[in-house]
Amino acid sequence: MRPFSYQHPRSTMAALALAAQHVARPGEARRPAPARYLAGGTNLLDLMKIGVDHPATLIDIAALRQEHGRIEADESGLSLGALVRMAEAAEHPAVLRDYPAIAQSLQLAASQQLRNMATLGGNVLQRTRCNYFRDPSWPACNKRMPGSGCAAMQGVNRRLAVLGVSEHCIAHYPGDFANVLAAFGAELDLLAPDGTARRIPFEELHRLPGGTPHIETNLQPGELITGFRVPAGPWTRRSLYLKIRDRDSYDFAQASAVVGLDLQDGVVREARIGLGGLVAKPWRAHAAEAALNGQRLDRAVAEAAAAAAFQDAVTHGENAFKPELGRRTLVRALLQAAAMEA
Amino acid sequence: MDVLLKVNGTEHRLAVDVRTTLLDALRERLELTGTKKGCDLGQCGACTVLMDGRRVLSCFILAVAAQEAEIATIEGLAGENAPLHPMQQAFLDQDAYQCGYCTPGQILSAIACVQEGHANSADQIREYMSGNLCRCAAYPKIVAAVQQAKPLMEGS
Ligand SMILES: Cc1cc2nc3c(=O)[nH]c(=O)nc-3n(C[C@H](O)[C@H](O)[C@H](O)COP(=O)(O)OP(=O)(O)OC[C@H]3O[C@@H](n4cnc5c(N)ncnc54)[C@H](O)[C@@H]3O)c2cc1C
Ligand code: SF4
Ligand code: FES
Ligand code: FES
Repeated sequence: MRPFSYQHPRSTMAALALAAQHVARPGEARRPAPARYLAGGTNLLDLMKIGVDHPATLIDIAALRQEHGRIEADESGLSLGALVRMAEAAEHPAVLRDYPAIAQSLQLAASQQLRNMATLGGNVLQRTRCNYFRDPSWPACNKRMPGSGCAAMQGVNRRLAVLGVSEHCIAHYPGDFANVLAAFGAELDLLAPDGTARRIPFEELHRLPGGTPHIETNLQPGELITGFRVPAGPWTRRSLYLKIRDRDSYDFAQASAVVGLDLQDGVVREARIGLGGLVAKPWRAHAAEAALNGQRLDRAVAEAAAAAAFQDAVTHGENAFKPELGRRTLVRALLQAAAMEA
Repeated sequence: MDVLLKVNGTEHRLAVDVRTTLLDALRERLELTGTKKGCDLGQCGACTVLMDGRRVLSCFILAVAAQEAEIATIEGLAGENAPLHPMQQAFLDQDAYQCGYCTPGQILSAIACVQEGHANSADQIREYMSGNLCRCAAYPKIVAAVQQAKPLMEGS
């Protein structure tokens, strides 16, 4: 690990002021030394130890829990502070009762130790587990070194993505919770270093790899995530997260599905569908939703929706099994959600 | 940089490189070698300690960032001549280890698992202890040890 300067501001304003020192001003020639916010550290310190990330400054935002560590629920929706720990949200009574897919996506992620440390803000920004990205001894990785190629295309890639990939990068977004935020149409609250606040759809946080897989989000330099807002709907209560892993517990998804249904007498009034484990970014399956709306939900309709969700899938050697795994996961999740008492 | 760590009720002032993890500070500087280093990358649970009562991985915490917390390690569970903690005794009684390398992390994780209310069935114990790997695969006996200690910890 390379040395860094460690800062621990006591307030949001102080954190933003520190971040501002590391953001390039218009017309400034010198590139400022990169700074990163340190939340739970479970992804950032990992990447620093393995030599993939080398920030010159860590801005420890643990103290911002005071300001951005609350969970609040009312009729119109759920607010989650960015510094809420995964374990706290996973066990909150309102989340368990009214947003079961959110609770499950967190309970089924990582281990209790990691969930006690990791924050929701850090969770959505976790980086891919692609082996070649995580091992700097591999010379070809467009995400780590733009223009160097992609070792995964013809390599070990059974964990990697089949939806949203490009000819430059097939990395998967490995998280769980973010797929639920995407499916539920959540919004994200942000603060720029100059204090400007903005709220954007969560689906606009992450970018598809395209020709620039090293640019992963639409965040401005130094922008801080302060929280998430999930609008309530009939589909949030009748919802679930189904995660398929190589081992039964404590593993990343090979495939996962978020299903939220507004169901009346067996007919889908509105569906919210998300996918994980095989997607390039947190994924809302709009085509599958369209295939379900207005339909009586039986196996044939579920299979048609799953087919629509994967119609654009692209596979590379080892990961050829993933579209079928993904379709089966979604069909099972749809039928389970239809059978829920909600 | 100078840091002040509160470990097992005792304050320690020490100068560390900013990169030092809590795990390395405990083992290399405070000579509290009960906390083990397995993977050093958050994957095995051998480095589990309690921070303000919550189980966490000390390999993913900077020593400088641990200064405001009460840290508990395996060394602090029982005094020199005092009886063992019920979880330590249960691991002995159930023979819940072979080489013992993962055991301190297992015991601290198991104590937290009971305190969190996540030890209500064998299945739940397996799920909530899954962050502690055991190369010797003592898993069935670890589950039995947690089940033995739980009523004693809850004073019933
Ligand atoms: C062994 C292991 C297994 C895991 N399994 C799973 C799993 O099954 N499912 C899953 O979803 N995850 C899993 N994870 C990933 C884990 O959930 C993430 O590492 C964690 O959620 C990251 O949160 P953090 O607070 O520790 O982030 P940090 O590591 O502190 O930060 C991550 C990144 O986000 C940035 N950041 C953090 N907070 C903010 C903010 N508020 N505003 C702007 N930027 C910010 C940081 O600068 C950094 O770049 C696993 C991790 C490990 C080590
Ligand atoms: S898939 Fe993406 S992250 Fe993995 S090696 Fe290729 S470019 Fe790098
Ligand atoms: S040494 Fe910390 S989890 Fe393995
Ligand atoms: S007893 Fe040997 S690793 Fe668990």
